[in-house]
Amino acid sequence: MELKLLLLFMVLAAIAAVQIKDLLSSVIAVGAVGLGLSLAFLILKAPDLAITQLVVEILCLIILIRATINKDLPLVRDGRWFFNTASTLLFIALFLIFAYFALPELPRFGQPIMRVAQEYIDKGLVKTGATNIVAAIILDFRSYDTLGEATILFTAVMGVLAVIRRVGRINEK
Amino acid sequence: MKNKKEVGMTLIVKTITRLTVGLILLYGIYIVLHGHVSPGGGFAGGVIIALSFIHLMLAFGKEAALKKLSQAASSILESLGALMFLSIALLGFLGGYFFFNFFLHKGTPFALFSAGIIPLCNIAISLKVGAGLFAIFAVLILFKSR
Repeated sequence: MELKLLLLFMVLAAIAAVQIKDLLSSVIAVGAVGLGLSLAFLILKAPDLAITQLVVEILCLIILIRATINKDLPLVRDGRWFFNTASTLLFIALFLIFAYFALPELPRFGQPIMRVAQEYIDKGLVKTGATNIVAAIILDFRSYDTLGEATILFTAVMGVLAVIRRVGRINEK
Repeated sequence: MKNKKEVGMTLIVKTITRLTVGLILLYGIYIVLHGHVSPGGGFAGGVIIALSFIHLMLAFGKEAALKKLSQAASSILESLGALMFLSIALLGFLGGYFFFNFFLHKGTPFALFSAGIIPLCNIAISLKVGAGLFAIFAVLILFKSR
C-alpha cells in the first residue's frame, strides 16, 4: 500500500518536473522523485540501495543547482509538433502491444526464480565471511560486474574532464 | 572585510560547516570500512566522502577546498583507486582465478577484519568514486567561471 502511494507520488513529481517552466523548481521535483525512490528501496528492504540512492541524489542535486543551472538551455518549442506527437503515439502503441504479450510471462513480484541466487544466499557467509550479503555478492561472486561498473564510472569521469576542458580552451581564444 | 565576505557563504554557514564537515568525512570512512558487515559499501561511502569536500567548497569557496584536495590530485587518486581494484583482481591468480578471495582464513563474522578481499575492494572503490565525483564537480565549478 505504502509502495503504491510512493509510486504515485513519484509519477506526479516526475510529471511536475517535466512540465514546470522554472528550472530550479524542476530540479527540486527531480529531487523529490529521487527521495521517493530511496524510500521505496527502504520499504522493499534494500538499505544498501537506499543509502546509495540518497547520497547520489544529493550529489546530483548539488551539481545541477550549483554548476549547471545558470547555463542557457536551447529549447525548441515550435515546429514539427505533428511528427513528434505521431512518433510518441506510435511508440506508446508499440510498447503496449509488446507489454500485452510479455508481461504475463514475468514471474510474480517478490517471488523470483532462485536457482543461482539461492546458492549465494546459502553459502555466502561460509565462502566469503562477509555478513552483508550484498557486499558478498557484488564484490566476490559478481566481481566482474563491479569491475565493469567501475570502468564505466572511470570512463565517464575521463569523458567529462576531456569535454569540459576542450570548451574551456575554445573560450580562452 | 568586504573582500573576505565575498568568498563563500555567510558566517553562520561557515561556522556550522567547520563543525560538521569532519563528522561527515568520518561517517563516509565508517561506511566504507564497515561495508562488509552492515549496509553501505564502497560506492555510498565514497560519495559521502566526496560530499564532505563539496560541502567545504560550497561554504568556503573553491580555493579553500582545492587547497585541501586539488583537481589534479583527485584525478590521480581516482586512477589509483581503479588500479588498486584491478590489482586486487589480478592477485586472485595466486589462488587460481580472477577475483579469487585469496585470504584462506576468512576471520570471524561481524568482525572488522574479516571477509578477505572485500574490505580492500571497498576501499579501492571508495577512492575511485569519491575522487572521481569530486573531480567532476571541481571541473564544472572551475570552468564555469571563465
